Amino acid sequence: MNEAGTAKASATQGGATVKNANPFKVTTPTGKEIRMTRVFDAPRHLVVDAFSKPDLLKKWLLGPPGWEMVVCNVATKPGERYRYEWRNTETGYQFGTGGVAREISPGRIVHTEVMDGQAGESLVTTDFVEEGGKTTVTMTLLFESREIRDMALKSGMEHGVAASYNRLEELLVSQQV
Amino acid sequence: MQRTRAQQLDAIFAALADPTRRAIVARLASGEASVMELAKPFAMSQPAISKHLKVLERAGLISRGQDRQRRPRRLEAKRLAEATRWLERYRRIWEANFQRLDALLEELKAQERPVRRAKGGERS
Repeated sequence: MNEAGTAKASATQGGATVKNANPFKVTTPTGKEIRMTRVFDAPRHLVVDAFSKPDLLKKWLLGPPGWEMVVCNVATKPGERYRYEWRNTETGYQFGTGGVAREISPGRIVHTEVMDGQAGESLVTTDFVEEGGKTTVTMTLLFESREIRDMALKSGMEHGVAASYNRLEELLVSQQV
Repeated sequence: MQRTRAQQLDAIFAALADPTRRAIVARLASGEASVMELAKPFAMSQPAISKHLKVLERAGLISRGQDRQRRPRRLEAKRLAEATRWLERYRRIWEANFQRLDALLEELKAQERPVRRAKGGERS
């Protein structure tokens, strides 16, 4: 099984010992992509549930502090639309994102995504690979262009707290593939 | 060559898309180094390393030090911070999500457990 091999390699990756936390990597594998890889201590069916059931999604997919998920309409089969909306509990500001499901299977969810107020559509592929009771989730966001990808990265800056610069080394370690 | 801010950031992200170049940047984060010193940990020739260094240099991520003999490369930390703060911020938002998901998954696992225990008997 090839996939199990890669999962193991990424879990032990990083050189220095990373205790407590599960390995989490954010990389930009190409000019048009953002890729996130994270291991969860749970079997695949539970992780997939958490990514696809509204009552569960509302508990974790919230972004920075102070946001609640007020709309969570999921797609249950390819071709259906989904729509998520969040509201800032202090300011009342609301924004959302949505798109169309392309593939929904036990190991993979693929959907398009257009964020409110942002140009361009991205294709989000989420893979779930279980090994030894743990599940590695890999989310790949493919944008139409590098400019749109960079805008999506930047948009994170507009919400929430100020970024700190002193975790550069940690980031570099996490970026090494 | 006059480049826009967006183009500069593109060059930085493109430069950092390569694992060898990220490793070089990580090495330079702990101090300047000559091309020979940089080539050592990699199974690569000096010309191959020099190619990677050129990409990093063009992106403004590294520069050359004073010593004309060794021509050490050093990290342009400010430049790197500009690009990485986006990724870092993005990473933090998702890490917060995933930590909540960790807690949720523990709950879900606990809900599944009593069913299994009931079959085998919990105490010995």
